[in-house]
Amino acid sequence: MPKAKVNGVEVEFEPGMTVLQVAELAGEEIPRFCYHERLSIAGNCRMCLVEVKPGPPKPQASCALPAAENQEIFTASPMVKKGREGVLEFLLINHPLDCPICDQGGECDLQDETLGYGRDDSRYHENKRAVEEKYMGPLVKTVMTRCIQCTRCVRYVTEIAGVPEIGMISRGEDAEITTYLEKAINSEMTGNVVDLCPVGALTHKPWAFNYRPWELKKTETVDVMDAVGANIRVDARGAEVMRVLPRVNEAINEEWIDDKTRYAVDGLMRQRLDQPYIRKNKKLVPATWGEAFDAIAAKVKKSSPDRLGVIAGDLQDAESMKAALDLFTALGSANVDCRQDGSVLGAGPRESWLFNTTIAGLEQADAIMLIGTNPRLEAPLVNARLRKHWLATGVRIGVCGDNADLNFSYHHIGAGAASLQKVFDDHAKIAAQKPAFIVGSGVLAREDGEAILNMIGQGAAKFGLVKDGWNGFNVLHTAASRVGGLDMGFVPGKGGLTAKAMVKKGALDVLFLLGADEIDTADSDAFVVYLGTHGDNGAHKADVILPGAAYTEKAGIYVNMEGRVQLANRAIFPKGEAREDWAILRALSDRLGATLPYDSLTALRRKLIADHPTFGQVDYAPGSQPAALDLGKLGKKGKVSDAPFTSPVSDFYQTNPIARASVTMAECSALAASLRAQPVAAE
Amino acid sequence: MSVRRLAKEQPASWDFAPDTLEKANWWIAKYPAERKQSAVIPILWLIQKQDGWVSEPAIRKLAQMLEMPVIRVLEVVTFYTMFQLEPVGSAALIQVCGTTPCALRGANALMDLCAAKIGPKDHLSADGLFTWQEVECLGACVNAPMAQINDYYYEDLTPETLGQIIDDFKAGKSPKPGSYAGRHTSEPAGGALTLTDPSLYDGSRAKKLKNIPNAPEPA
Ligand code: SF4
Ligand code: FES
Ligand code: FES
Repeated sequence: MPKAKVNGVEVEFEPGMTVLQVAELAGEEIPRFCYHERLSIAGNCRMCLVEVKPGPPKPQASCALPAAENQEIFTASPMVKKGREGVLEFLLINHPLDCPICDQGGECDLQDETLGYGRDDSRYHENKRAVEEKYMGPLVKTVMTRCIQCTRCVRYVTEIAGVPEIGMISRGEDAEITTYLEKAINSEMTGNVVDLCPVGALTHKPWAFNYRPWELKKTETVDVMDAVGANIRVDARGAEVMRVLPRVNEAINEEWIDDKTRYAVDGLMRQRLDQPYIRKNKKLVPATWGEAFDAIAAKVKKSSPDRLGVIAGDLQDAESMKAALDLFTALGSANVDCRQDGSVLGAGPRESWLFNTTIAGLEQADAIMLIGTNPRLEAPLVNARLRKHWLATGVRIGVCGDNADLNFSYHHIGAGAASLQKVFDDHAKIAAQKPAFIVGSGVLAREDGEAILNMIGQGAAKFGLVKDGWNGFNVLHTAASRVGGLDMGFVPGKGGLTAKAMVKKGALDVLFLLGADEIDTADSDAFVVYLGTHGDNGAHKADVILPGAAYTEKAGIYVNMEGRVQLANRAIFPKGEAREDWAILRALSDRLGATLPYDSLTALRRKLIADHPTFGQVDYAPGSQPAALDLGKLGKKGKVSDAPFTSPVSDFYQTNPIARASVTMAECSALAASLRAQPVAAE
Repeated sequence: MSVRRLAKEQPASWDFAPDTLEKANWWIAKYPAERKQSAVIPILWLIQKQDGWVSEPAIRKLAQMLEMPVIRVLEVVTFYTMFQLEPVGSAALIQVCGTTPCALRGANALMDLCAAKIGPKDHLSADGLFTWQEVECLGACVNAPMAQINDYYYEDLTPETLGQIIDDFKAGKSPKPGSYAGRHTSEPAGGALTLTDPSLYDGSRAKKLKNIPNAPEPA
């Protein structure tokens, strides 16, 4: 490997690295505005100046300069220092000094770098330029006078988000960042652009003027808005979550999150259930915990075990599901199900419901088929990963299902099973070493789900999807709780009813909805107990409401679609009288005479891990290691209807109770609907 | 230069005239199919030739034609000041050079005249016939002051001659381009001062070549 010297210290580097990267290898920090590891190199801010020998006798922009063998790099010489001072002085000629009213204040690269590398005074008395604000949609607020023209935003939306809608118009001192005719950015991942903006030119519109970054309590946790399990940091002040920011996790979300993860948090403060309720004379009236438990106990005692049932919702942590599962098993009921959508997954080996290739592993695939899934709506981060791979390698992607705009180009093979079967029959024509299927959860939730799963399994076998060191079979879940639920067997036991069957008229006497809001319970005439956080679908039907904790209000285990076990942490306390879900179930079990054998979260986790060892492997995704999946045995043979495959998500912004309670998400949803209605105007 | 914005009033739709389209396709054919956006500047220029300016629907149409994001086309149009973003005078677009050499030689008087005869700069005149602008050096400083009117240079101007030119355009005539000081291109103003010996031109000083320079040595 070539060697270079950074401030006299020798380092080895990989060929192709830039001077900036080599300097970082040597532990030298190089200030920068325009350079970003995940974007193309623009080299236009000149903040990263260093001195190199051999080379011209002037400072060089290190981010765009390839490092060379035996180069000597100086990052702190007098020339470099003067150069950086000069660059900052130029940037500040036109940058307003409005830090006291700027939302970026306290986490602004320009502030920090001026402190570190700038002059302590100004030599300019001339007027500063002013730039008109631009509309960019409900999420991004602009104060364009603050823009330093680094073009990170332009590169982000073009390269990562795949919606080339931001650009820099005019030139010189008139240069302005804008979207075309000030249209809203049409992406599920716009929020990241604000994180990238090194100054306060782009800020978060929903959170404008709401907080100062230094007054927030930061909690590292994971997201539950989809089954990706993006790593996030929840920033709270007092009892309120103020914002959500991404954390870097190369295996999952890199450093991005989608807009629902980020901006749905205002929904945590609205329509919250903060005390128990009991329905009296068709009206829900506030009650104490004791009264609520008594009402439940009275009903449960009257009905036989096979007339009790529990459905777990999409945002549920593993601990509360375990507690519910143990409780209902103890009561003698086999009617448990975590699949509100009616999915057929859950029997067979664990690999049959995982995203086995792993999200990062997708980048190794050389042919990818999406079956009945629109990852842009179901898991924007998976879509971003596909786009990244497609941009880098031009990987062949086929889609069977909706012919939607996915931000990468693909071959649309058809809408339904017949066209898919044709591809399977022609498999010999498609040579691929590492083929991958991504099966949408909607496909497996159809009436003929078993038969489709079987058909896909047979096809996958023909393509050699599973082999030594490679597992290309992937299910794209949409519910954060789903894999955890399936892993612990939260599916009907012997003779038990599925979720769909439980909500039928006359099926049950007592139906327990554990945060289940995405299932239509209108027909059910059972006594409905709802444990959850929001006055949403589940609560409307409920006879007793038990207020639970949202994902930011409890510690919990979530298993993402890859089968990766992740720990979520509590950022704030549950609202009002609400309690952590597992604790509610534990207390209820006492009242029902089937006391659960754990009285702390630790004990519950210990039991969970003892019963299901996979939960003990924190931060581990099995990936393709155990090629234990027999593709031919998936599902059951049967008749497959040729109805088109559709994505289970039609409105990305309204998929769960938190998002539905969020004003920001409602605004985004309305905007997206209007864009769908007139797609031509966006061209 | 000031901030460049698209005109407030835009046509509802826009299309290529047949001959513009033909030329546009000729430009597109010059580039590999996957790089056809390379033709964006020449085609914008063609659009401007067709209408005198570049309208918003035309920008969209072009983006569609070259399969590129429309914001990229907008970036190009706003970057280059040669693209007119508002309708210009139907008789003449007068671009008076205001850079130092022309300024020293009287460009300001020309601009005052334009303001008096036509109206404020960068605006269509009331009768719709003229637009005048101040531009940077057009590379004809030897014949300062000068102006580019439509496609040609008019040089060595005075307020009187420029006034006449404007009147001629108004009358529907096409005044001749070039120097208005009676000189040939950029010869010295008072006539040639060097290379005046007639014998230079009558062939009498020509000598027969003995060998052609740089020819290979005869073996
Ligand atoms: S808006 Fe922000 S990210 Fe975009 S160019 Fe300006 S400073 Fe850079
Ligand atoms: S970081 Fe190198 S020029 Fe901007
Ligand atoms: S300064 Fe007027 S043409 Fe050069």
